Amino acid sequence: MIRIALLLLAFFALTGARDPILVPEVSQHEVKVRQGFTGTELLLFGAILDPAGTRAARGYDVVVVLKGPSEPIRLREKSKIGGMWLNAASTDFRSAPSFFAVAASRPVKDIVDERTAAIYEFGTDFIQLSPTGEIDPAEQARFTSGLVDLKRRQGLYEEDMHGVKISGQVLYQARIALPSNVQTGTYTAETFAVTNGRVVASAIAEVEVKKVGFERFVEVFAQRQAFFYGLLAVSLSIAMGWMAGRLFALI
Amino acid sequence: MDVYLPIANLSVNGLVIVLLGALTGVLSGLFGVGGGFLTTPLLIFYGVPPTVAAASASTQVTGASVSGVLAHNRRGGVDYRMGAVTIAGGMIGSGIGALLFRFFQSIGQIDTVISILYVVMLGAIGTLMAREAWGTLRADKKGERPRAAKRRHHPLVAALPGRWRFYRSGLYISPLAPLILGALVGILTMLMGVGGGFMLVPAMLYILGMSAGVVVGTSLFNILFVTMVTTMMHALTTKAVDLVLAALLLLGSVSGAQIGTQMAQKVKPEMLRLILAVIVLLIALRMLWGLGVRPDEIYTVTPL
Repeated sequence: MIRIALLLLAFFALTGARDPILVPEVSQHEVKVRQGFTGTELLLFGAILDPAGTRAARGYDVVVVLKGPSEPIRLREKSKIGGMWLNAASTDFRSAPSFFAVAASRPVKDIVDERTAAIYEFGTDFIQLSPTGEIDPAEQARFTSGLVDLKRRQGLYEEDMHGVKISGQVLYQARIALPSNVQTGTYTAETFAVTNGRVVASAIAEVEVKKVGFERFVEVFAQRQAFFYGLLAVSLSIAMGWMAGRLFALI
Repeated sequence: MDVYLPIANLSVNGLVIVLLGALTGVLSGLFGVGGGFLTTPLLIFYGVPPTVAAASASTQVTGASVSGVLAHNRRGGVDYRMGAVTIAGGMIGSGIGALLFRFFQSIGQIDTVISILYVVMLGAIGTLMAREAWGTLRADKKGERPRAAKRRHHPLVAALPGRWRFYRSGLYISPLAPLILGALVGILTMLMGVGGGFMLVPAMLYILGMSAGVVVGTSLFNILFVTMVTTMMHALTTKAVDLVLAALLLLGSVSGAQIGTQMAQKVKPEMLRLILAVIVLLIALRMLWGLGVRPDEIYTVTPL
């Protein structure tokens, strides 16, 4: 035990000497989707510390990436065929995040080169979607930008190049809005400290988005008891129609 | 008033949905159509996923037609025998519709099919209704009474084998005709998320030649059952019925239907038909625009 502790100490003392430590935190680790949910704002904040414990003297940039659960999707593209807009070409992505937001303290292109940005997914242009099938780079780029544009207008992909505020070179904070149409699941918030074009520290925090109460009940009911759910829907509509008929007959 | 829809996965303004329901309810009370043809596109336009919109709209139409059926029943305006035949057809039709839906979904053309159906059906019916209503209104203004149209069923109907008596409809025809008609409407109900009243009413009048007094009641009776089956089908296959969305729509439409019924007694029926025709044509044009000029979205996402 002591040996391990010593080893760890030595590790930090020798290798970690130059690199800062990130201490990230999220304002809420659990987002509850219930009646009246109109979206929420996540505050991702934390501190960048020098291993020595003194305040970090060098200038750091901070990039925050919040990602929702990924899913395999098929993206279809409409083209005009015989005077009509039809779905023609399509491509599959194995891991399209249902939500993706990037916030940085400065525009990413001023912080790191494109290769680093692509590795760490610093921006909606760099989302690793894992396309499948034959890959023609030009076509792939067209599909990717189509998907990003669609998701951005739905409020599900965001980029804020001035979204991270750093105060006193120690504390950082970023606000990311989650719209009401977010998918439930585990979201990961990754924070990166960047200096001289190099990512020097990173840390992950998780946020759980889940339906609770009545909303969860309805979803589970519809999935597991489809027949009775359908019956309930039908009887609800008949009851409401009948009641309205009776009520208005009285007036 | 923000309401979160648990199946559609998004938050909407509840008041807007109730008003939308009320609008379609008024239409259904005025014209005896379900109003689903208006609800589904407007919900999609509002951001509700298309499948959820179609499924929940069919639930709404059930509610809107209940009070109508009750009202028509009181004055003997429902031919239950004819209704039973069209419903049997409707059940077969919605089964076929569900298969077609899945097929078109798998080849990625379901939204195109829905748009084309809307344009063709609404365009044709809107034009027919507008012409007929306009003609009657003009004739009225000139002071001449239009000749009472001779009630006859289509020659094709007479060619079908086997004949049943439908007393209330005043018909002695093959039950295959209403069965096929019901099946066609059932397919469209499943695909378009509409009750099919706007197709059934003219078809009963002009193809089957039913007596006008029982057309609306029998059509509503058919719609009531077919939408019930459609809701069940959606609940079992697509799992896209949103109870909260349906309840909001119902709240608006059941009260709207009553208001519509009251209004219907104060306005000239030809005027009503002309207004309905214009609404129907506008929706058809809007769909045609999306199909031929500029689609709402070039890219669409389907989960694998």
